[in-house]
Amino acid sequence: MNTVGYTAIVLQVGAVVAGAPLLTGLMRQTRARLEGRAGAGVLQPWRDVRKLLRKEPITPVGTGPAFRWAPPLLVATSLVLAVLVPLISTDTPVRGRADLIVVVSLLALGTLALALAGLDTGTAFGGMGASREMTIAALVEPTILMAVFALSIPAGSTNLPVIVAGAADQPARLTSPAGLLAIAALAVAVLAESGRLPVDNPATHLELTMVHEAMTLEYAGPDLALVEFGAHLRLTVLLGLLASLFAPWGIATGASLAAVLLALLLAVLKVAVLGMALAAAEVFWAKLRLFRVPELLAGSFLLALLAVTASYFLGGEGGQR
Amino acid sequence: MSLIPAALATATGLGVAGAAAGLVLPQRVRGAVVGVLTAGVGVAGGASGVAALGGSRWSAEVPGLLPLAGTHFAVDALSGLFMAVAGAVVAAVAVYGAGYVAGGAHGLGSRGAQAVLPLFALSLLLVPAAASVSTFLLLWELMALTSLLLVPAEHRARPAVREAAVWYAVMTHLGLVLLLVGFMVYAAQAGGETFAALRSGSGAMSPAVRGLVFVLTAVAFSSKAGLVPLHAWLPRAHPEAPSAVSALMSAAMVNLGVYGLVRVGFDLLGGGPAWWWLLAMAMGGLSAVYGILQAAMASDLKRLLAYSTSENMGLVVLGVGAAGLFDHAGNKALAGLALAAALLHVVNHSAFKALLFCAAGSVLRATGERNLDLLGGLRARMPLTTGLFALGALGAVALPPGNGFISEWLLLQSMIHGLAVPGVTTAIVLPVAVAVIALSSGLAAAVFVKALGVGFFARPRAEGAAAARESPLLMLAGMGLLAALCAALALVPGLLGDGLDRAVEAAGRPGTRPVSGGGLQVRLDEVSAVFSPLWVVATLTVTLGAVTATVRWAGRRRQRRTRARLWDCGGGAPTPRMAYTATSFAEPLQRVFDDVLAPEQDVDVTPMRESAYLVERVKFRNRVPDRIEHRLYRPVLDFLAAAGQSARRLAGGSVHAYLGYGFFGLVTLLVVLVVGW
Repeated sequence: MNTVGYTAIVLQVGAVVAGAPLLTGLMRQTRARLEGRAGAGVLQPWRDVRKLLRKEPITPVGTGPAFRWAPPLLVATSLVLAVLVPLISTDTPVRGRADLIVVVSLLALGTLALALAGLDTGTAFGGMGASREMTIAALVEPTILMAVFALSIPAGSTNLPVIVAGAADQPARLTSPAGLLAIAALAVAVLAESGRLPVDNPATHLELTMVHEAMTLEYAGPDLALVEFGAHLRLTVLLGLLASLFAPWGIATGASLAAVLLALLLAVLKVAVLGMALAAAEVFWAKLRLFRVPELLAGSFLLALLAVTASYFLGGEGGQR
Repeated sequence: MSLIPAALATATGLGVAGAAAGLVLPQRVRGAVVGVLTAGVGVAGGASGVAALGGSRWSAEVPGLLPLAGTHFAVDALSGLFMAVAGAVVAAVAVYGAGYVAGGAHGLGSRGAQAVLPLFALSLLLVPAAASVSTFLLLWELMALTSLLLVPAEHRARPAVREAAVWYAVMTHLGLVLLLVGFMVYAAQAGGETFAALRSGSGAMSPAVRGLVFVLTAVAFSSKAGLVPLHAWLPRAHPEAPSAVSALMSAAMVNLGVYGLVRVGFDLLGGGPAWWWLLAMAMGGLSAVYGILQAAMASDLKRLLAYSTSENMGLVVLGVGAAGLFDHAGNKALAGLALAAALLHVVNHSAFKALLFCAAGSVLRATGERNLDLLGGLRARMPLTTGLFALGALGAVALPPGNGFISEWLLLQSMIHGLAVPGVTTAIVLPVAVAVIALSSGLAAAVFVKALGVGFFARPRAEGAAAARESPLLMLAGMGLLAALCAALALVPGLLGDGLDRAVEAAGRPGTRPVSGGGLQVRLDEVSAVFSPLWVVATLTVTLGAVTATVRWAGRRRQRRTRARLWDCGGGAPTPRMAYTATSFAEPLQRVFDDVLAPEQDVDVTPMRESAYLVERVKFRNRVPDRIEHRLYRPVLDFLAAAGQSARRLAGGSVHAYLGYGFFGLVTLLVVLVVGW
């Protein structure tokens, strides 16, 4: 294809890998400041990962290959997503393969691997986390695919670069009722998929509330580093996806290195702003009871369904094809 | 050209020889010989199916075989697809079955069961080749009867088998009656009973008759495919049958319900009004969600798999219905795409479901237990079976490296692009259909995480699971064949090549070549989408390697993994009793879908005799009954029982009364004849 396309992918993956822990650090720092604490600094997640990577690997007695291989698989799926999602350029060598349904399914694959690892430990915590995570994942799936549906109608394809490039060309798509409803629905789904408040609290270790942390309770050392790094990557990719879909301005659509570099800068900025906004919002939110989460997801599903029907009935430019 | 009749004749010969061998051979060699002959039936039948997929056609008439009507056979690519699937499943399951029956004189290894098994396999292969109503119904009934004889094979081991067989017998024959009436009306109106006559006669029939024929046959076929609300036999018969038979029923027999629907709806009737297909989509969608919800609640491994069959057949029929809807709207290309997606899902489902049922059978054989709550820890004791089950489960959860994902991706694409069809109906139905597919695939992930994680991982929760040993080589070989099939379908769906297109074209719709080379692509007028499974798997593998290498490099000073105790909250080592069971895993979903499932919970608290405040015993019971079955079948059964009870009053034991009945009956008949004529 083109060298610029490859450069864009390398830059994008590099930025995601280097930036994912920084994003988490930034969000924690924002939160700490808003709560009146000093905070550990933006670099703390990187320090944690480095420390954990250097510790000795530990295998809890009675666990098997599922437990052993889930963390690398989680990171691997997130990295493949980091390659596929067009954060800075829609003209990359993988643009034909970045299907939105495949992206959603790869996310689910990571969730599933971790849930199996949780069950593999044979402890009550692991099973509890896996059970809750799979319940939420099952309910998120309709929302997320319906949002995919709504997004693909104006573009006529489920291909991500096509959707993003189309939205960058015609910003009116984003401000149409269908576009706004789809944004809202996908935003809720992203919160649930990345295990943030109000669906799950990544900072808790309380039996009553924890979902993701319960599954990963047995991990230590380098495995834990991978699990945490995988969670950072997922959050970054998901926020990046949200930014690309609903604020596609600046994303390079041609083979120009300058545009790619500018897009990189803008992407980092967009994701950082999104992350800080999320962190700020989380200060004011309480975690929902587990059995209230379905209501939230049902609401978001309804928004997505409205987005689909709105884009059909209201038509609009590019809407009714 | 001559391959198909030769292969079919070989299959028939081998099937009859297998039945004879099952009857006469001593128990020592019976299983092996019947296994080889049945595998031969599968290979020969599959070969004729593959030849038909390759473009050959064959039709023949054997006048003398049946009185009055004669027999008609025709094989086109649509039949070929179902024959190839059935052949592959039969061949692999026959190998598995030979290992399964080794050393057992009862159950599937008994003289009767071994004689019937090859005939069942043969009927699975011949049903799609039938080309006249009488031939079709005869073979259909042969298939129903042989499977009915196989279901109660293990009646000595479990009393519940009897009830399952009765349910299956009644429901399959109700289906046959509907099919018989539907085809009788059709043949009478079309003026001939061969499929060729039906095809040419359907155009001149009135819409009302066409609708009647479609509804009668569609309902009958949907009961064979295990669709809600006619699914009640499936979660009973499939778990109670010997596992090899379950695999054949779930992976080959239910497919023929879909075959019948496509053959009659598309090929013979040539499509129809929108309400036909909306009916099909409604039944399919309901089955998909309801089936997987019941699977999520099931603790019985084989019952879970049976409900998952109901779900997958629901998805297939959803696709078939969508194809009919697009076809009615005049968008033939989209109809072809949806039909191809549905047929591809039939193929994929057969591969992974046969594998899953065989693996479940291995577990049952090794532990004597189907209840997931009492399994666990099989990963260390049956590593190969666990790996094979995991591979099948990957197909069933419809996530990327699995084969189920490919067909669900295609199905979703056809639905998403279906909005190109104008009309309010599609604008309302298709989003709902996408939501149904999404919800069922999300729940399927939870279901198979439960089956694999609770049933095979962690530690054993009962003696049976603790004493499990790996299955014999033949069973592993049979499952290995199915696993290879799953992997091939997952990685290079292009292997199906033009066969899928030819099958769609045989149903009278244009092929869109969705599967080619190493990947899938959808190319319609303004729409395109590409998915390449090989690329995803290769990228994932490379990234996985890179990640592990990086971790190794970063922690280079400490390479050895040390073992440590599980976190026990300072309360002593956790026992297996503390682990999550299948019931507890499903509890959040049960609460979320409380209104749909209507679970029944009783708490019995027995207080001490000395004081009401001290509790001696607490008994908690949680049951999730099949609600549709409860509401729909129970009243009918109760009414029949009540009618029978009240009719008993007529038979008071008095000879005079009986003579009186005869006299009055005769007089009434004569009066009716006199007045009515």
